[in-house]
Order: sequence, then structure tokens, then C-alpha cells
Amino acid sequence: MNYNWNWHIFLEPNPMGTGTYLDLLLSGLVVTVKVSVLAWIIALVTGSVIGVLRTLPSRTASWIGFCWVEFFRNMPLLVQLFLWFFVLPELLPRTAGLWLKQLPNAPFWTAAIGVGLFMSARVAVQLQAGITSLPRGQKQASTALGLTTVQTYRYVLLPMAFRIILPPLTSEFLNTIKNSAVAITIGLIELTGQARSMQEFSFQVFEAFTAATVLYLLLNFVVVTAMRFLERYVAIPGYITGK
Amino acid sequence: MTMLGNFDFDVIRRALPYLFFEGMRFTLTLTALAAFGGLVFGTLIALMRLSSYKWLGRIAGFYVDFIRSLPLVLVIFWFYFLVPYIGQWLTGASRPITVGAFASSLITFIAFEAAYFSEIMRAGIQSISKGQPAAASALGLTYAQSMRYVVLPQAFRNMLPVLLTQTIVLFQDTSLVYVLSIPDFLGAASKVAQRDGRLVEMYLFAALVYFVISCVASFGVRRLQSRIAIVR
Repeated sequence: MNYNWNWHIFLEPNPMGTGTYLDLLLSGLVVTVKVSVLAWIIALVTGSVIGVLRTLPSRTASWIGFCWVEFFRNMPLLVQLFLWFFVLPELLPRTAGLWLKQLPNAPFWTAAIGVGLFMSARVAVQLQAGITSLPRGQKQASTALGLTTVQTYRYVLLPMAFRIILPPLTSEFLNTIKNSAVAITIGLIELTGQARSMQEFSFQVFEAFTAATVLYLLLNFVVVTAMRFLERYVAIPGYITGK
Repeated sequence: MTMLGNFDFDVIRRALPYLFFEGMRFTLTLTALAAFGGLVFGTLIALMRLSSYKWLGRIAGFYVDFIRSLPLVLVIFWFYFLVPYIGQWLTGASRPITVGAFASSLITFIAFEAAYFSEIMRAGIQSISKGQPAAASALGLTYAQSMRYVVLPQAFRNMLPVLLTQTIVLFQDTSLVYVLSIPDFLGAASKVAQRDGRLVEMYLFAALVYFVISCVASFGVRRLQSRIAIVR
């Protein structure tokens, strides 16, 4: 293999004047973390609302939930990001569209919202599965106790369902982190993007991608470890994972 | 509504042959071949993971976990730059060989999807009751024969809906070859969009096409699932 390995490249100054190449990659990691966390909050909040809607007896509610999930699940994430980034500002009234286009850091906000909504469909399906996996008696008992629907969900169903679906939610959060790399296509310079620009500046392709790979693995490891602690902390006594 | 008034359907109409005969053909060929290759290699990886040789299982497990913790975009970049060097190493050429856009993305997607398909096939193989391979070996079938004629056909059949759902995900994921400026369906739409300055029309149309195909396909998978459920 006639490739010139140069592992010292990480300590050499980058052409952006922001320190070394390692600093460049770390700043990309920070963007990846920020986008992923923001997208995950959006996914959790909207996904929970939609997931609850899908389990309500009301026809309209479950229809809305159905449409939401099908809409966000049947289009590639990349296409969805293009819709939010290139198409939406054109469809809005002129002033609103201009404001959107001139928003500072537009790729960042578009990526967070786009990835967040994309993942919300998956969170909704998981939560629905969690709620329907609860024994029917839980809901009936709450009704018998005189709880309203809101109270039933708030105090009985959701606290149980969220704990049950914690393991799949962990892998959905990991998917959110991975999916944030798609935002490179709308110009967000996150970890993969910084590895790519390091490759273009320094021609050290494999060092750049190796470093990005290691950083992604580390991020994964941190999330998995943290979630395992959380799982143990909130485990329901009497369930397999509980005490 | 600024743009909807002068929404230009003609741009789409004129681009249709290019979009479908070039772009969609690339997307569908890539999806089909990557699904097939991913299934073959995925099954092999699943068999490695379940084999009684511990180190074989460990290698396979490491590969699956490794690939599954990386973003597909990064994997696409990795293979795009790595495949020419691997080719050079394999053929003994003096410089990195040139690999076409299609071959490069096909290798990437097979390697990537094999990790995901292997997890599905592993679940499928583990869902077969132990009596089946036991009966096969009692009948004098070798390990290969018992896998080939008894276990794998049932595992494949049980997992068919999940495998097809993963193929729909793969179909959507192939759009990411956009990062290598390869004219798949989305790439073709994007080329026309930028040439004619018609981003709104082309991206909305591309979204609609992906949406309709994925919807119809997942509807078909759901029907298949209920049919299989009745048979069993």
C-alpha cells in the first residue's frame, strides 16, 4: 500500500487557524453532540405526543398519529432535510421565507428539527408498543379509581411505558447521533464533516476517518454506559430487569 | 404563497426519462443487489456468530457492533477512499485502482447491510426450535445440509417481513450516495433542480416518489405478514 501514513497530523495546525487538526475534529464532535441532543429532545417530546395519540380510543387522534408516522417514516432523511432546508422557505410568505434563509446557523437548526421530527416517528411507534404492552387492567383500574384520561396517562400508563421501552429508546438515541451525520448534505460541519474537511486540507484520508470513527465509538460507549445506569435506576420491581 | 403560483410541472415532465431511466434504475439496482449481497453475507455472519468456534463468533460480533455504531455517511466515505487501495492490494497493481461509482457504493452497502441483515437472520435462526437441527442430525444430515435444507429455509421464511422492511430502509438509505455526487434518483433530481433552478419542484417530486414507493412496499409487507401469520 503506497499510502503515506502520518499520525502526527493531528498535532499540526489546521488551515482554519483554530488550533490543531485534533481541535478541528473535536469541534465537530461538539456540533454532533449538540445537534443530536437537541434533535433527541424534539423527537422525545413530539414522539411522545404522537405515540399517546395513537393509543387513544378517538378515531381522529389515532388517524393523526398514523399520518404523522407514515409521513416521516416513508421518506429518506436526506430528502426530508432538503424539504426543510431548500423547499420550505420558498413555500412560506416572502418575508418569512427570507427570515428563514438568513437565519444564522440555519443548517444547525434545520438539522436538529429535521432529524428530530424524523426520529419522532420511531419514538412514537416505540411508545405505542410500550403502552399497548401494559396489561389492560392498569387502564381499567385507573378508570375505576376515577382518574381522568390525562391523569391515567400521566400517573399510570406513561411512567410504566417509558421504563419498559428504555432499551429500544437507547438505540433510537444512538440512531439520532448517527443520523445527524446526514446533515453534512445541507452544509452542517459536524464530526463527519470535519473529518471530510481535514481530509481535503491535509490529504490524510485514513487518519481523519479513523479519528472520526474512534470518536463515534467513544460517543456510543458513553451513551450506552449512561443509559445502562439509568435503566438500573428506574427499573420496575417485579419486571425482569427490576429488582 | 410565492412559489406555488408559478409551480412548473413541465420541468418535472421533461426530466422524467432522465429521473427514472437513469436515476431510479441506479437506485433500484443498487437496492436489489445490496439486499441480496447483504442477505448472503449477513447469513454467513449470523452462522459465524452462532457457531461453536468462540473466536469466529467474536470476530463476527465485533464486526456487527462496529459497523452498527457508525453513521452510514461515514462508512460511505470510508469505502469510497478505501476500496481503490484494497483493489490494489488484491490485484497487486502498482497504484490504487480506479473503482466506478456503482461498484464502490455496492461494496459499501453490502458491507453495511450485512451487519443489519445478520442480526435479523440470527434472530430467525434462534427462533427455530432445537428439535429441528437435532432431528436433522439424527437423520444423518451434516451441519451444512441441516442448515441448507432445514434451518435456514424456515428462518428465512419467518423473518421475511423483517427482511423486506429492512430492504425498504435500505432503499431510502441509498439516497445517501448523494454525498459522492452519484446520480441515483435523488442525485438526478438534484442535478436537474440545480441546472434549471427549480429546487422546489424537483425536491417535492422526489419526496413524493420515495413516499409512494415506500408506502406501497410497506403496505405489501404488512399484507404478507398477515398471510404468513394465517399459514402458521
